[in-house]
Amino acid sequence: MTAPVLYPFRTCNATGHRIDLSAERLVKVNAVAAVVSLLVGAIAALLLVLTRWQAIHLLPAVWYYRILGVHGMNMLIFFIIFFEMAVLWFAGTVLLDARPAAPKYGWFNFGLMVVGALLVETMQWSGRADVLFTSYPPLMAHPLFYLGVIFFAVGALGVVGQFFATLVIAKREKTYVGSMPLVVYGAMTAAVIAVITLVHGAAVYIPTFLWSIGLIKAIDPEIYRLLWWALGHSSQQINVAAMVAIWYMLGALTVGAVVLNEKVSRSAFVLYILFISMASAHHLLVDPGFGSAWKIVNTSYFMYMAVLASMVHGFTVPAGMELGMRLRGYTDGLFGWLRRAPWGDPGFSALVLSVVVFGFFGGITGVTIGTEQINITVHNTLRVPGHFHATVVSGTAMAFMGATYYLLPLVFQRKVAFWKLAKIQPYLFSFGMLLVEMGMTFAGSFGVPRRHWDISFSQAPFGVQFSPAVDLFLAVMGIGGILAVTGALAFIAIAVKSVFLGEKVTEFTRGVAMEGVPQGLTHPPVHPANADEMNEAMHAPERGIAGATPGTLVLVGVFLVAFMLYYFTNWKLLTFLWKIG
Amino acid sequence: MLTKVHTGLEPVRGIWWKPAHKAERVWVGIAFAWCMVLFAMMPLWHWKGGQNPSGTRRRVEPKAFYARTMAFATQYKVGEDRGLPIAAPPPGADVYLIGLTFQWYPILKLERGKEYTLHLSSLDVNHGFSLFPLSINFQVVPGYDYALRVTPTAAGDLRIICNEFCGIGHHTMVGRVIVVDAADKPVADNQRPTLLGGGDR
Repeated sequence: MTAPVLYPFRTCNATGHRIDLSAERLVKVNAVAAVVSLLVGAIAALLLVLTRWQAIHLLPAVWYYRILGVHGMNMLIFFIIFFEMAVLWFAGTVLLDARPAAPKYGWFNFGLMVVGALLVETMQWSGRADVLFTSYPPLMAHPLFYLGVIFFAVGALGVVGQFFATLVIAKREKTYVGSMPLVVYGAMTAAVIAVITLVHGAAVYIPTFLWSIGLIKAIDPEIYRLLWWALGHSSQQINVAAMVAIWYMLGALTVGAVVLNEKVSRSAFVLYILFISMASAHHLLVDPGFGSAWKIVNTSYFMYMAVLASMVHGFTVPAGMELGMRLRGYTDGLFGWLRRAPWGDPGFSALVLSVVVFGFFGGITGVTIGTEQINITVHNTLRVPGHFHATVVSGTAMAFMGATYYLLPLVFQRKVAFWKLAKIQPYLFSFGMLLVEMGMTFAGSFGVPRRHWDISFSQAPFGVQFSPAVDLFLAVMGIGGILAVTGALAFIAIAVKSVFLGEKVTEFTRGVAMEGVPQGLTHPPVHPANADEMNEAMHAPERGIAGATPGTLVLVGVFLVAFMLYYFTNWKLLTFLWKIG
Repeated sequence: MLTKVHTGLEPVRGIWWKPAHKAERVWVGIAFAWCMVLFAMMPLWHWKGGQNPSGTRRRVEPKAFYARTMAFATQYKVGEDRGLPIAAPPPGADVYLIGLTFQWYPILKLERGKEYTLHLSSLDVNHGFSLFPLSINFQVVPGYDYALRVTPTAAGDLRIICNEFCGIGHHTMVGRVIVVDAADKPVADNQRPTLLGGGDR
């Protein structure tokens, strides 16, 4: 079956996968770059929460806005996208037993991304790009800032192209039989959305660069906002798709999660692709550039079809975990499968925390505040970062951290250092972020603006006195921020120590627990030989709809009720405003 | 016929386009119905609700908008505070408000329960109109005139916070809107304007 192998590779002792060594090096180097960016972004985060926490108010105004830009670029662009590049190299080669397409070109792209990132950092730290993450014209940064973003995006687009080429190679060389695994399908979804996103990125950053060097006279600020958010929000959908793919992967590795139905899960991924380019609209709901019909159709991602996709995954991921556990004998009661799950495995706890906070907090708040009229009460208040930290940090970053605990032994072949710390790290990080998100969301409900240095307005011509409750919420945000940054630094310490000084591990003995190795590798969650018959029996029609996954049905029911309560409460609050039309 | 038990890490052999089992079908149905509710609420609110961001929107030269606002402020000037005119237009009037770094111009004095057409624009960069303490928020974009029909529902001495980053002095950008009731209250002291929030309805 397999084509003659001309490339150096090793065979993974735990999974049996054939790992191409040149691809493995690309996974490693992109993951390391991601962790370095995370370090810069996390230190920036600490400075920011300690400034927004008005009782401390650490940074001077100029440095607050500067560091805010640094935080945005490092977290939302460099950390996330470097990690996604690692995911693409991993999913395209390791999971398919394939060789990478043109690995040397992969190094070129990586270099381009590093140069781009360094240009951006230099411009930001030296105060030549005090335009924040969004850089709305007519605010103008140094041309090298825009050029840095373009380099980074071109490099990323190159890697995405290589990923597609790798899929073609794998198919042609028949490295796997049948259809590609669901996890790779999810990564492919992320890659397709990345192409859409980066094309918008080119459409917005290239003219802006030309404007900054004087070749174009003016950039229309509203068209910029439209195109920029087609980049800015669609890129979050890359994160969502990559995150969901990792949910399926971690579910499989930690508890033997099964795919209930390939058609349903894959169709949900396709919905992401079809409707995501409309995502910029909900940033423009209270903008003067667009009419209501345009806003309604687009903001709902064409009638909320992308929301439907997330709600589908929100069922199939936990249900797959539940079924996987039940097939392995954890059948007691509604939630025995959850109670007896491996909560000490950081890959598993990170997975569950990511799913729960992303869904309950990020998802519900996002859909609600992205409603055309409700957005009047929310636009540019702290509720907005309260929402997106729940999706991109508690959701995506948490999932990426969970995946790292498996990548360390599998790809880097190192034991996870500081193992006891690693076991609690997901809880610490997730709990801290939850406090940040709640503090921001509640403070924002009082109208506290985002991206604002001084809400005591000490230098303003007119006094503004926020409710004393705001001080409390900002303190919650501040304390949460300290916890979350501690959690992030713990993760970085674990990753760096493991990679550079970690104990080598190449053999996993089944059934023998090993310090520093997640239990999904030493105690792989194998399904019994008669799993198919058991599965048929659990799905027998006479068992009704609760048959195979009753616990998950209860959980999604709770989710739906919470969603409805939050959504309609916000409509009610809207009626207290002026009449506006 | 169910798919063979497998995880998301395994390639799928054979045809995987198979009917979903009942729990999944029911959930997809419920989720789809909920998405339709979410969608329907927006047009419904345009029809029945009182708060919609539609307004009328057109491009405008910053210079032209500046001229209109100056004429408006002069015509309806009833006083001054911190060097800014206080404009008290009659009900139904077109009201002009400029955002520019780092100031809202002019101060507005409106009557509770009366409708006005509020024109928002910027002379330089993006600004964020955020009416405190009600938290009514609109994006103010240079080159665009965003005209919203507004009816203040309660008297009070309100503030306009800028909530879009507009430069290093962004946090000092605060404006003032006074909404008076039928008895012309509140009359805030110009030197020490007091913030009366939502006030009486």
